[in-house]
Amino acid sequence: MRPPIRDIAVVAFGQTDHRRTSDEQSEVEMLMPVLHEVLDATGLKTADIGFTCSGSSDYLAGRAFSFTMALDGVGAWPPICESHVETDGAWALYEAWTKLLTGEADTALVYAYGKSSPGSVRDVLTRQLDPYYVAPLWPDSVALAALQARALIDAGDTDEPALARIAVRSRRAAAGNPHAQLRGPDVPVGDYVVNPLRTGDCPPIGDGAAAVILAAGDRARELCERPAWIRGIDHRAEAHSLGVRDLTDSPSARLAAENAGAFERPVDTAELHAPFTAQEVVLRKALRIGDGVCVNPSGGPLAANPIMAAGLIRVGEAAARIHRGDSRRALAHATSGPCLQQNLVAVLEGEDR
Amino acid sequence: MTTTSRPPEVLRAPLVVEFPFTRSLGPVQSAFLTGLRERTVLGVRTTDGKVLVPPVEYDPATADEIRDLVEVAATGTVTTWAWNPRPRPGQPLDTPFAWVLVQLDGADTALLHALDAPGPDAVRTGLRVRVRWAARREGAITDIACFEPDDTAPGARRPAPHAGAFDDPVTGIVAPARLDYTYSPGAAQSRYINALAERRTVGERCPSCRKVYVPPRGACPTCGIATDEQVEVGPAGTVTTYCIVNIKAKNLDVEVPYVYAHIALDGAGLALHGRIAGIPYDQVRMGLRVEPVWTDSPTGGRFPDHYRPTGEPDAEYDTYKELI
Repeated sequence: MRPPIRDIAVVAFGQTDHRRTSDEQSEVEMLMPVLHEVLDATGLKTADIGFTCSGSSDYLAGRAFSFTMALDGVGAWPPICESHVETDGAWALYEAWTKLLTGEADTALVYAYGKSSPGSVRDVLTRQLDPYYVAPLWPDSVALAALQARALIDAGDTDEPALARIAVRSRRAAAGNPHAQLRGPDVPVGDYVVNPLRTGDCPPIGDGAAAVILAAGDRARELCERPAWIRGIDHRAEAHSLGVRDLTDSPSARLAAENAGAFERPVDTAELHAPFTAQEVVLRKALRIGDGVCVNPSGGPLAANPIMAAGLIRVGEAAARIHRGDSRRALAHATSGPCLQQNLVAVLEGEDR
Repeated sequence: MTTTSRPPEVLRAPLVVEFPFTRSLGPVQSAFLTGLRERTVLGVRTTDGKVLVPPVEYDPATADEIRDLVEVAATGTVTTWAWNPRPRPGQPLDTPFAWVLVQLDGADTALLHALDAPGPDAVRTGLRVRVRWAARREGAITDIACFEPDDTAPGARRPAPHAGAFDDPVTGIVAPARLDYTYSPGAAQSRYINALAERRTVGERCPSCRKVYVPPRGACPTCGIATDEQVEVGPAGTVTTYCIVNIKAKNLDVEVPYVYAHIALDGAGLALHGRIAGIPYDQVRMGLRVEPVWTDSPTGGRFPDHYRPTGEPDAEYDTYKELI
């Protein structure tokens, strides 16, 4: 893999406390404190930001063009250079990274938010499926993840106790994450939601937002003591029909990781966007995550899964570990769609000064 | 009037988003869905000879355009499954069932559907199943009502070439979708709506640029910070610009033509919009001074029904030119 033509780093990361509901706040009211947090951390003002990019989906809360109202929280007047993706904010980060690569901007603000509480998210997510053959059956997000989990169990890749251990490990790790929604040692494994997945295997449903600031070259070194340099980033998709895929593997995640340079040297940390326990099994295999790697020290999406922000949070959490000096080289993964349909992998590194 | 902010009650209202998508079908999808109506399951053969069921029009591996249709069996084998103890609205069965991926005999890929079985103990990967056809079929994936257990041996049938030609082919589907939400407007808009219930219009001031937003949305879009100081504006205001509406909107009990205007309420930093009445439509003008008219109608109680002239002299252009 060739290194990027410009050194670009995550220099700040912020997130809300993720909660089951945030009905006392509009989206912009939920988002704004996080925007201020990352701007304050770098000393930047909106006017200093070269490019702004966000990720969200109006279907979650049923509010048309909610992303334009969220822009009010940025201070988008006079007009700023901005863009929006209707998917997880990790893809907004990818767009911002390419913008910085072009040299047209030196700094970027990336944010994402999701309010799942106003709707029934399991049903809402059916609307992203093939509208001819799949969506008319309303297969909800847990059902599709359960088909994948069963395929893994049948293949001998995991079993229900192993899945439960992933859930327990994640929520224990989240005990140290004040933003997490579901944390601590006492989260029950629960009953089957869709067999073989139990409540413990599923992410909490909740609302939340996150923001990241990217900066290039020396600008990054000015803004951050220990920037988290993006050494590579790529995203790939699987065929859209579930029935043509091998649900026990993720060739798209593997290819993204390869293109991001993840396999060139070992990582010490991996933040994996595996909303369901069984998906961590797929990702560990596809991304060749060894036993020595610290996986989801934040608790991961099993502890907090604000849809549309949870992938960006993986990048942010990985970067924050580098900022704190807890990691030298980290892999961040984001996913979108059913059964790990689309996958993004970023490799971040700290540098010794 | 200025008041300090206090936490408003959380307002909630049901919100239904409903949309019947009308989708046209390509030649392969049309043949497949028409085939289901005729109790015939079609697949499509890829360039390297694999049979895809359900069929698509482009090879997911090579992107080749594929049109070589074959007929496969209505029996097959479960490749993975998940037991759904609590069916959700719109799903194929309303009693507990298994979601299944089924590889039909003659196909190389699997189809997602529901399996009617007495319980999870009756389901396993490798289970033989057959299509249960819907009694009423119209050319949709739901023409397969579900699958049911079957005792025939696997692989009894090889895919047979099929022209995909049927009488009265289905060329499109209407896919209804309905999502139910509980809408909450957030803190700033709740304060605004609660004040409207008292027939007061309360905007919010940006602490940085001092602009008063009416209606408020919680943030100053220029400064990107919260507007949390409430400021009562109006009740009177000035028409900054307007249009004459000549087409009657559905379910609207207002005669056309009528005037819809931008109105800068006194003290507001931007105009809101409302209908102007109590004056012939062709006499409305920029600068006209107006005031809100509230009604007690069950649907209109939370906002002014319309605005009418106050009788004051028109406002000077310079007093509202920045608000147009």
